Amino acid sequence: MNASVMSEVIASILILIGTALSLLSAFGLIRLPDLYTRSHAATKSATLGVLCVLLGTFFYFWLAEGFLSIRLLLGIFFVFLTAPVAGHLICRAAYRSKVELTKETVQDDLKEVLEKGEKGRA
Amino acid sequence: MFQTIMFISLVLLSLSIVVGLYRAIKGPSTPDRVMALDTIGINMIAGVAILSIVMNTYAFLEVILLIGILAFIGTIAFSKFIERGVVIERKRDE
Repeated sequence: MNASVMSEVIASILILIGTALSLLSAFGLIRLPDLYTRSHAATKSATLGVLCVLLGTFFYFWLAEGFLSIRLLLGIFFVFLTAPVAGHLICRAAYRSKVELTKETVQDDLKEVLEKGEKGRA
Repeated sequence: MFQTIMFISLVLLSLSIVVGLYRAIKGPSTPDRVMALDTIGINMIAGVAILSIVMNTYAFLEVILLIGILAFIGTIAFSKFIERGVVIERKRDE
């Protein structure tokens, strides 16, 4: 098994896993009931899928052509760092602008804290 | 064989982009749409990576980093706009 076949095998496995994960997050975007569960699906599995795809690309270029791409590594690092932060900020903005939770919710602790804070300010 | 696998994964990726587009059109609230657009941007990063393997070129690797940064900044700006009503706040002593 020479280097180019091995690189193709590693790259195709990683890229298939990554695209399957992002398709899974797409199903989550369709089927889940409210914004918070949807963002739970969208941020985590889409981020992991993109990380797998970028890692597969990195290994392909490294093993097949001997090209060690620092830009791809930086892209992996940056996506890994910023995608959860973006998900957190959008969920926080949604809660502050009073987007409804789903009907199956059993407990909402943040609501009491926010109401107490507003009462204290008024 | 390898090219076929790459095309299959491109098709799966574009399917998930289409689903994100459906959520961005239908989504009941504004944060839903912003989140769907963020997911579309993240999937586009993976699409560019697979395309650079298919076309066997190094020239697109900057685009990956650039789309990541732009999607992050856009999402931050939109969530700040939804939460506070402005994107860049003024100074107080004016």
